[in-house]
Amino acid sequence: MKNLNVNLLTVAALCLILSMAACKPKNAGNAVSSDAAQKAYVAPGKYDEFYNFVSGGFSGQMSVYGLPSGRLLRVIPVFSQDPQDGYGYSEETKGMLNTSHGFIPWDDLHHIEASQTNGEIDGRWTFANGNNTPRLARIDLKTFRTAEILEIPNSAGNHSSPFITENTEYVIAGTRFSVPLDNSNGDVPINTYKKNFKGTLSFVKVDPNSGNMSIAFQIKTPGVDFDLSHAGKGPSHGWFFFSCYNSEQANTLLEVNASQRDKDFIMAVNWKKVEEYIKQGKGKKESVKYAHNTYSDVTHSSTSTMENEVTTIDVKDVPDAVYMIPCPKSPHGCDVDPTGEYIVGSGKLAALIPVFSYTKMLKAIQDKTFDGDYDGIPVIKYEAALYGEVKKPGLGPLHTEFDGKGNAYTSFFISSEVVKWNIKDLKVLDRVPTYYSIGHLSIPGGDSRKPYGKYMVAYNKITKDRYLPTGPELAQSAQLFDISGDKMQLILDYPTIGEPHYAQSIPASLISKNSLKIFNIEQNKSAHVTMGQGAAKVVREGNKVHVYMTAIRSHLAPDNIEGVRMGDEVYFHVTNLEQDWDIPHGFAIKGANNAELIVLPGETQTLKWIPNRVGIVPIYCTDFCSALHQEMQGYVRVSPSGSNVPLTFSIGTNNGATNNPSGADSGAAGGGPGKAKR
Amino acid sequence: MKKLFVLFALAGTLFIYSCGGGGQKPASTTDEATPSQSSDASAQNPSYDPERGTGKFTHVDIPNQLDATKASAGEKIYNLKCSSCHKTTGEKLVGPGWKGVTQRHKPEWIMNFVTNTDEMITKDPKAQAQLEICMVRMPNQNLSDDDARNVYEFMRKNDGVK
Repeated sequence: MKNLNVNLLTVAALCLILSMAACKPKNAGNAVSSDAAQKAYVAPGKYDEFYNFVSGGFSGQMSVYGLPSGRLLRVIPVFSQDPQDGYGYSEETKGMLNTSHGFIPWDDLHHIEASQTNGEIDGRWTFANGNNTPRLARIDLKTFRTAEILEIPNSAGNHSSPFITENTEYVIAGTRFSVPLDNSNGDVPINTYKKNFKGTLSFVKVDPNSGNMSIAFQIKTPGVDFDLSHAGKGPSHGWFFFSCYNSEQANTLLEVNASQRDKDFIMAVNWKKVEEYIKQGKGKKESVKYAHNTYSDVTHSSTSTMENEVTTIDVKDVPDAVYMIPCPKSPHGCDVDPTGEYIVGSGKLAALIPVFSYTKMLKAIQDKTFDGDYDGIPVIKYEAALYGEVKKPGLGPLHTEFDGKGNAYTSFFISSEVVKWNIKDLKVLDRVPTYYSIGHLSIPGGDSRKPYGKYMVAYNKITKDRYLPTGPELAQSAQLFDISGDKMQLILDYPTIGEPHYAQSIPASLISKNSLKIFNIEQNKSAHVTMGQGAAKVVREGNKVHVYMTAIRSHLAPDNIEGVRMGDEVYFHVTNLEQDWDIPHGFAIKGANNAELIVLPGETQTLKWIPNRVGIVPIYCTDFCSALHQEMQGYVRVSPSGSNVPLTFSIGTNNGATNNPSGADSGAAGGGPGKAKR
Repeated sequence: MKKLFVLFALAGTLFIYSCGGGGQKPASTTDEATPSQSSDASAQNPSYDPERGTGKFTHVDIPNQLDATKASAGEKIYNLKCSSCHKTTGEKLVGPGWKGVTQRHKPEWIMNFVTNTDEMITKDPKAQAQLEICMVRMPNQNLSDDDARNVYEFMRKNDGVK
């Protein structure tokens, strides 16, 4: 009987293989099985199952892909100017990139975190960190636009960020570089690191309704490098865990000097306790300077406010709230499993993965099972907090996510692979190579209490020979794996925008139903809105000329403007009168030292232009809008400084062009033309 | 032996399935597909009323006298959302002038057209004929039902109803 069963299985397997091979090319590739294409295929006109928000790294932006298709849906401008849609170029959006250092056109966007309620992704916002000039951004998932950017004072390299607590109470911002803090004297020798350099962990409050961010408090720590972090969840809600390296406190050649110790630390912070200390008034108000920028979809413009105070509290002043857990070899990932019990540290130079137990950690704290202190912070004995180690998993563990079925997936940069292991028995279950040198990985909901353990995406630093060569500079890549079975299966491989440090995937159903289609023109409260073509006008205020212009398929009104003079600053306030989905109009000016505008239906955006020569300057719509898009154009006449050509504007006046030098021809045929107001 | 048969049957099914292609359902689907391209509903559907068009307005009661409040609200909407392309005279700009429009079309047709623009342009013979003249699809300007009624009243006023 047993024999028969084996035979039957063989026959069945053979049939299965034959059936699968029947319609497929025979050389599907050694790492890719033949049904991979089917699993990643989303037919034209059909929708993906997940939105996949991917950091753009040094591009400064956030890209949005569909999963499982890997189709690029959109790139959301966040920390970098985007000439494609005028972000950071239009008068309304420039303020979003304001900082205490002035306007900064770029940053290095590292990580993304989706807002959560009860530890589950709720689809309201995504957060992103600016790693260079320390900032936090919040993206509104109704509009897929950057709604807010908050600069972080007392920080240098906001890397350990923007991870959140399970009800989005706080979004965290831990500094990578320790530095002399903002209101201390920073003019000190660099090799006084140990004495003068401090780290900070900023707890940024998120308003549960508006999403608006404000810094609640900053914990000042000894000088180390904070790398990554994650909040506790479920039973461990109320704690935050931070990986830190350079516990050697080196200030030069960190490659060698910050890799001396066998163990660095995971810092465990009981933030609920710190909140109590702050409530008791133990915090200190410090004078600092940082920008807080918000964008309104009602006024269609940004507001940049310079804040000048922050509450700090020294780690020495929060006894029983902060502890150090030794963690091997410069830990990077610091990941909490869906139950909230296990904390996985990933020492990027280690050859094992330590898994810590929240329960054991609490007991060790209670029993004071300490191993001395680190600059006054109690160090818990490694074994006392350790649940166990995953032995020989690979080389250079970086980051771990979870499938919600008791398994963890860890990326290994050095050995370029993903390893699946069981959290309970710490046994390795499967491993797959990545092409090449994976950094982070991401499972939809994989760092929340409710993972959707169907897909896993590997984000790779190096692509080398994976695609057609494009010269010395190559795209980085993402690789999609099906993890619904026992074995991980590679099903898709696609290039990314910039460097994909980390990503969050959100079920499409949580977002698509709320996605805004148009801005209601009747609710447009822009200071420069033109409510209907009849209200279009041109107004001179000294050397400033304001053009209140409307756009609709397929004309700009006014489209003939005269009386602009050299020395003028011209502001085109363009209102898109359309109220139909997906009908943006663009606006561009020949020779403008600026980008274009893209104006969405019901929106007003402003392009500033300083004419630099006398003559006729064309303007036109850049976004194909109708069969007569190519007709959507106009002219501006620029006269010399001091010219007596009157300021006039018109549309639809085509007759009687005379040779009168002062002669603007402004008839009434098109509706809304006339003499400009002075 | 019975077991063996089942397995072969299963394998056969898989064989067919793997070649099926078209039957394979992708991970996620939606009913919000692009509008169908079918044209001339009246030809396909003899019950289609070209005087009424397609949309939610099947019968609108219009009193003889002008409702000045509605007409005034309609004029505001005209100024904001319609005047870029339509003049109140008979002159065509981007779209046809509005003079006489209430004599040319039933109120239901006009109100369906301004609230259900895309479907009307795709299906309605009179709307399609107009598109061939103007060559620009009228934008859906997102008018509410009340907006549509008010705009219609403004059209009546423009046509001399008192």
